Amino acid sequence: MKLTPLFVGAMTLALVGSASAQTLTIATVNNGDMIRMQGLSSAFTEETGIQLNWVVLEENTLRQNVTTDIATNGGQYDIMTIGTYEAPIWAKQNWLKPLDALSADAEYDVDDLLPAIRGGLSVDGKLYAAPFYGESSFIMYRKDLMEKAGLTMPDAPTWEFIGEAARAMTDRANDINGICLRGKAGWGENMAFLTAMSNSFGARWFDESWKPQFDQPEWKSTLDTYLSLMADAGPAGASSNGFNENLTLFQQGKCGMWIDATVAASFVTNPNDSTVADKVGFAQAPDNGLGKRGNWLWAWSLAIPASSQNADAAEQFINWATSKDYLALVAEKEGWANVPPGTRTSLYENPDYQAAAPFAAMTLASIDSADPTHPTVKPVPYVGVQFVAIPEFAGIGTNVGQLFSAALAGQMSADDALAQAQEATTRDMTRAGYIK
Amino acid sequence: MATKQTRALARTMMAPAVIVLFIWMIVPLVMTLWFSFQNYSLINPMMTGFAGWANYVYVIGDPSFTQSLINTLILVGGVLLITIVGGTFLALLLDQPIWGQGILRILVISPFFVMPPVAALIWKNGFMHPGYGMLGHLWKFFGLQPVDWFNQYPLFSVIVIVAWQWLPFATLILLTALQSLSEEQREAAEMDGANAVNRFRYIIMPHMARAITIVILIQTIFLLGIFAEIRVTTGGGPGYASTNIAFLVFRTGILSNDIGAGSAGGVVAVIIANIVAIFLMRAVGKNLDA
Repeated sequence: MKLTPLFVGAMTLALVGSASAQTLTIATVNNGDMIRMQGLSSAFTEETGIQLNWVVLEENTLRQNVTTDIATNGGQYDIMTIGTYEAPIWAKQNWLKPLDALSADAEYDVDDLLPAIRGGLSVDGKLYAAPFYGESSFIMYRKDLMEKAGLTMPDAPTWEFIGEAARAMTDRANDINGICLRGKAGWGENMAFLTAMSNSFGARWFDESWKPQFDQPEWKSTLDTYLSLMADAGPAGASSNGFNENLTLFQQGKCGMWIDATVAASFVTNPNDSTVADKVGFAQAPDNGLGKRGNWLWAWSLAIPASSQNADAAEQFINWATSKDYLALVAEKEGWANVPPGTRTSLYENPDYQAAAPFAAMTLASIDSADPTHPTVKPVPYVGVQFVAIPEFAGIGTNVGQLFSAALAGQMSADDALAQAQEATTRDMTRAGYIK
Repeated sequence: MATKQTRALARTMMAPAVIVLFIWMIVPLVMTLWFSFQNYSLINPMMTGFAGWANYVYVIGDPSFTQSLINTLILVGGVLLITIVGGTFLALLLDQPIWGQGILRILVISPFFVMPPVAALIWKNGFMHPGYGMLGHLWKFFGLQPVDWFNQYPLFSVIVIVAWQWLPFATLILLTALQSLSEEQREAAEMDGANAVNRFRYIIMPHMARAITIVILIQTIFLLGIFAEIRVTTGGGPGYASTNIAFLVFRTGILSNDIGAGSAGGVVAVIIANIVAIFLMRAVGKNLDA
């Protein structure tokens, strides 16, 4: 038979193939820190022989993709990159494997994780996702413009001061806007900012019986303050600005202040990208004297879906990627300023990091001050600072985000937006069975 | 004349193709109908069981449903108007014997080959962005405040983008119709003293009527389901200003992960498309019978 050698060859190949090392499929988000990890991951493959197959997606696409995969038990991925919103919801649905081996590993030192972040990723004390980097939000401002306006930024300003400073710094003739804030619709875009802001005004999404609260005066004053601030001191076309658009504006020197994610600090102080790198100061997110600040809490984290066939190898990779050694590896190759921030206490105690990152102390203070279980002044039935950790929130939040974005664009009044938000949210919450 | 046997044979031979096509059509339709009567949410495994009409009530009761329906019709109507008028005009121009005709025609047709999301992105960032778009610079050059197109005129902006993409299609069909018009007829009319307007009104228009009908029918089918351009540029907003039925279904089914309500929305969209199609066939279909 002439075909026999071919057949034997094919069989051998098949056997070799199945005997070779495991392959992990990892879904992750396309931001700088993740792409850096992808680049450095060859070290992990060399060490363990485990092959890695990367699926790198933009944030919204990633969310849709992994949500569909995990909800339909698709089993495409061994590791998923998820946030503090998904982790507790999915853990409760038994869609994620608890990271028990990781938590038990003394070298990994799970107690070193920042308590606020660790709490957000745990259910009943069990860790379900390991934080890759964590963030809160704070104010980034231009020291030179602040000085020119004759003002001094306190470490913990009020909204009143922010309003005054933003209007004083605005210089339309020179294309300088006093403040840049998110306006693009989406639960992770404008609603992340507005929900966090509303906390400092004492507003809440739902009362204890899950009734939406957009008809309350706290939301009205939040939205009015936001809209008048943006009308007087915001950039043109603000209702399409998300994180990236505002980052560009700030780096080009067109914003006096910007309230957004703490990870942006390393981008605006990087002289390669930013024209204002040496003029940036930092302050905590503003408050209204009610005891809560308008800062959020978020951590991109790695988790293993319950459907994964390679759970052990996956946990090994998560251990590598979120360990102290990984931070040291990044520091060695790219410098301390580029280390993924906001996950470990030891990083903030490291003098090398403190020297390389002038924003370190303010970042840590912001993360520590966010409390997902008591996000706002009044009691709430939900967990989450800038989101509500229920499965329906992604849809509801995006819907409300659309309405608030329309109010910012001048397509409807604040009162109309709030009334419609109240109506739409009540409708969705009734459908989901929260309101009986 | 086909005998009984050959007819039977022909049917048997055609059966596999017909059956495959039938399954191809009926399986997704039946599944959609089935899901539309189920409580089925991807993110909430607790929601199960027969839903009755609840999904339909939910979708039709959506605060943005009426506006989406109106937006869908404005979108289809607006694009049809621009492409038919513009297409006729361009076809008349392109029909003239000019130097570089071949290249010119290719240039006119090329927008049709650009993929919808790509076209939308080019328009969004290259032209309509108030900060760094071409139109913004043009406005600034004349000392005007740049227009924030997608926030001030969201639906109009989407119509412009879609019309830009479909104009070549209309032009192409209408041009071929023009070219099939016999030269003698035109010359005869000219010799009888008909001026350009009259020649267009009584010779060219009646000849093109059938082609225009085809353009309207085919474009309507595609335009009812416009999605990519909206998703890439306005995301249905601000508010619901540029949400059409297709985008509403996407928002319900995919963004909210509510398969039941999304399927109900899909069924509603199919019904609306059929109603539009019936009216269209009544109104313009007569042209096709002649």
